[in-house]
Amino acid sequence: MTNAVSLHGVRKDFGKLTALSDVTLEIEDNEFFTLLGPSGCGKTTLLRMIAGFENTTAGTIHLFGDEIEHLPPNKRPVNTVFQNYALFPHMNVVENIGFSLRMLGWTAAKIQARVDEMVEMVQLGAFVHRKPSQISGGQQQRVALARAMAPRPKVLLLDEPLSALDLKLRQEMRAELKRLQRETGITFIFVTHDQEEALSMSDRIAVISDGKLQQIGTPFEIYEHPNNRFIANFIGETNMLTATVNAVDGLHVACHLAGGERLNALANCQNLVGANGVISLRPERLSVSKTAPTGDILKGVLGERVYLGTDTQFIVKLSGELKLKVRMQNSIFQGAEFKTGDPVFVTIADDAARFLVD
Amino acid sequence: MAAGTGSGSTVSAIFSPVRLWLLLPSWIVIGFFLLLPVLLMLTYSFLTKEFRGGVIWEFSLSAYDQFLFDRGLFGDEPPVIKWTYINIFIRSILQATGATILCLLIGFPTAYFIATRPMQSRTMWLFLITIPYWVNLLIRTVSMKFLIRDTGPLNELFLNIGLIDAPLHVINTNFAVQLGLFYSYLPFMVLPIYASVERYNFAFSEVASDLYASKITILWSIILPVVKPGIIAGSILVFVPSLGAFLAPDLLGGAKTFMIGSLIEDQFKGNAGNWPFGAAASMILLSLVLVVLMFYARAQERDQT
Amino acid sequence: MNRTFDITHYRGFFGVTCLCLVILYGPLIIVMVYSFNDSLSITNWGGVSLRWYVDIFTGLESAKFKAAAWNSFTIAIMAAIVSTIIATAASIGMIRGGNFKGKFVSFALISLPIMVPEIVTAVATLIFFSTIGFKLGTLSILVAHIVFCIPFAYLPISARLQGIDASYEEAAQDLFANRWMTFRYVLMPIMWPGILAGFLLAFIISLDDFIITNFIKGAGIETLPTAIFGSVKQGIKPNIMALSTLLLLFSIALVTLSYFIGKRGEVTQKLQQ
Repeated sequence: MTNAVSLHGVRKDFGKLTALSDVTLEIEDNEFFTLLGPSGCGKTTLLRMIAGFENTTAGTIHLFGDEIEHLPPNKRPVNTVFQNYALFPHMNVVENIGFSLRMLGWTAAKIQARVDEMVEMVQLGAFVHRKPSQISGGQQQRVALARAMAPRPKVLLLDEPLSALDLKLRQEMRAELKRLQRETGITFIFVTHDQEEALSMSDRIAVISDGKLQQIGTPFEIYEHPNNRFIANFIGETNMLTATVNAVDGLHVACHLAGGERLNALANCQNLVGANGVISLRPERLSVSKTAPTGDILKGVLGERVYLGTDTQFIVKLSGELKLKVRMQNSIFQGAEFKTGDPVFVTIADDAARFLVD
Repeated sequence: MAAGTGSGSTVSAIFSPVRLWLLLPSWIVIGFFLLLPVLLMLTYSFLTKEFRGGVIWEFSLSAYDQFLFDRGLFGDEPPVIKWTYINIFIRSILQATGATILCLLIGFPTAYFIATRPMQSRTMWLFLITIPYWVNLLIRTVSMKFLIRDTGPLNELFLNIGLIDAPLHVINTNFAVQLGLFYSYLPFMVLPIYASVERYNFAFSEVASDLYASKITILWSIILPVVKPGIIAGSILVFVPSLGAFLAPDLLGGAKTFMIGSLIEDQFKGNAGNWPFGAAASMILLSLVLVVLMFYARAQERDQT
Repeated sequence: MNRTFDITHYRGFFGVTCLCLVILYGPLIIVMVYSFNDSLSITNWGGVSLRWYVDIFTGLESAKFKAAAWNSFTIAIMAAIVSTIIATAASIGMIRGGNFKGKFVSFALISLPIMVPEIVTAVATLIFFSTIGFKLGTLSILVAHIVFCIPFAYLPISARLQGIDASYEEAAQDLFANRWMTFRYVLMPIMWPGILAGFLLAFIISLDDFIITNFIKGAGIETLPTAIFGSVKQGIKPNIMALSTLLLLFSIALVTLSYFIGKRGEVTQKLQQ
């Protein structure tokens, strides 16, 4: 089966600046695929190259098997939802949505029918004759969506479409977008810097940093098995402990920390004896207790605690300058008996530790 | 330096494949009907004059020579610098500067005021400002002449209300000419400044005010730099035409306020004309203007780096 | 009672604006008033009369004025149309054509007619026409007018275009519009106030022009400015006042018309779908 979008060795230079280097990835049909990364990492540039607004300096882009990187945007069956929506200010909602269909030469009757469909889909019936300046940000966003989806594109590109919305609206729209993607079966390529958004909506995520592809995987894979330090840090929260590998057993490694503590972790490659790196521990996979746990032992002193409603976050000071963030659910854990300054043990959940090479 | 994120950029390359076709008409028209003629004029300034206007195609430096030097009645005495023509040039520069400053003083507050009116009334204000400019420049200059004459309505009014004892002799003075120039070119100052101020986002003023800046400070440090392109454009649009102006000096000035425009015009009238000299004087005027413009361009570049 | 704080308000600016309007309209109003002066003399008031208006249309000089008016207006319309089209194309090429070598030179060339003083342009054009033997007349005037109208049309058009976010055009292309359709359906409707402003400016400039026209018109052709100048040189006559007033009223009517056309344009777009 041909993939929806294939990129091979894609590179983009702006003069001396390399925005993207050697990006190779496959996006499957009917997938909700997210490009995730911090500002300036090149994800928007990549999206624009798929749309056709930027040329590739090197590499190829295929859409369902056809090479498209030499085609202008208006010849590619992909459509874009712009970050600032770019709704035509002199046209009303109906005219905006129907624009692509007019350009494609559809008959007036067909245009009307399709536009009605789209208006129904995004529920903007009451506003059809308003101009963009007369509707709210959230409504504009839905118009932008309807406009891009009206011509039935094979792939829909979304450039941080939710970033201008406030929190509540953003959360509502996330569910909306997910639903739309599932119902229409269109491949969505979604760009965002918000990792929560990426995790909650995507079938797969491509993490990009500094113009390079860091990792591709499902939200679970990215979160549980990050390939490197950057990804572990960027997605969710984590503790990083400098460690050296003593012994190896398949992908399991036995390490020691700077302060001498022993820890077992899971690595993502073999033959790491003697390697230097970090062990990543997610705060929610740790717990504090007064009694020593079985397995790896981390001993420390309880520092500040922060009440967060659903969880409480503890800081535990280990040997040296090392501090661990521990997060425990309030519904399960009664922390009343713990006081700042108490000696505590930190328990690590099974298979929660990850060893990442520097 | 990246080519925009897809939102907020205004320079783009969408039409670049066809840009040659888009630009060619203007290049051809202006190149052939202005650039070429100016080069031809340059050539003429080095030719010999024909007695009844026109030229003989013979190389001669006499046009430029005549401009600067006085070689006596028969043209064979050692050259003495003649200040007559040079003075005319200097006077023209001063007059143009005066007019520009007048336009700026009145034009900037006006443009700013209009740009800060509510959207609906803005058009009306611009209307009001531009309507007079639909009236022929000649008529406006004549009406200004009519107004400020010694026996004109303005003096009559002032005399009647006791503001002055004797009529203000404004006509035929330098000030009259400047007034005329100011009156001629004011909208060219107002409109570009208006366009700049209109694009200015007053959220900046609000932020500055929130950070304790006074309105004067805001005007000077924030608004003016943003509006500067408009001010510069407006100033050029007033200064340059004023420099070579003909009508205002001719109708409102007198012998004492003779300016370049009249000098050049004289050279092409009928049989007394001296085409090479007129061409030479035009070349000198043009060079002056180009120097001014180059300074502006350099200053702009420096500002932007 | 404290006045609400308005960050945009500066004391005295309103006053200056009013002063500006007084200065602008004063001389013209005076001319209008005196155009109804019954007396032959300019300076003394002799009662209200329409005689000078009658004189323009039927008096000694009426034929001259009519011919001049016809020339002025036809040349102005043609010059404005041609120069606006050329200027619109040029501004799209400059502002949406990406960065290219020679962009600065191109801009300098387009602005050349404004940069060069009118008298210099007049002399150069006269010399040029005389050298190539181009007959002086209406056509020579039209050609010269088109040249100097281009940058005047270019300025407001390009200013407007500069202020338009390029993302509209990208969106249009994304939605299958080719370049022409992008211009026609997206760019031009948003640009059109600038284009109209450019057209009007070009029209005014052409109508108003005296120096260049005077130089290259040749004998026998008059435009309104040259005809009026010729008459004024012999002394300010009352019929000139009347003619001026007519022109003034005509101009106002024209501007008002274009204003309402602009407004109607917006409404028509709304009704189109």
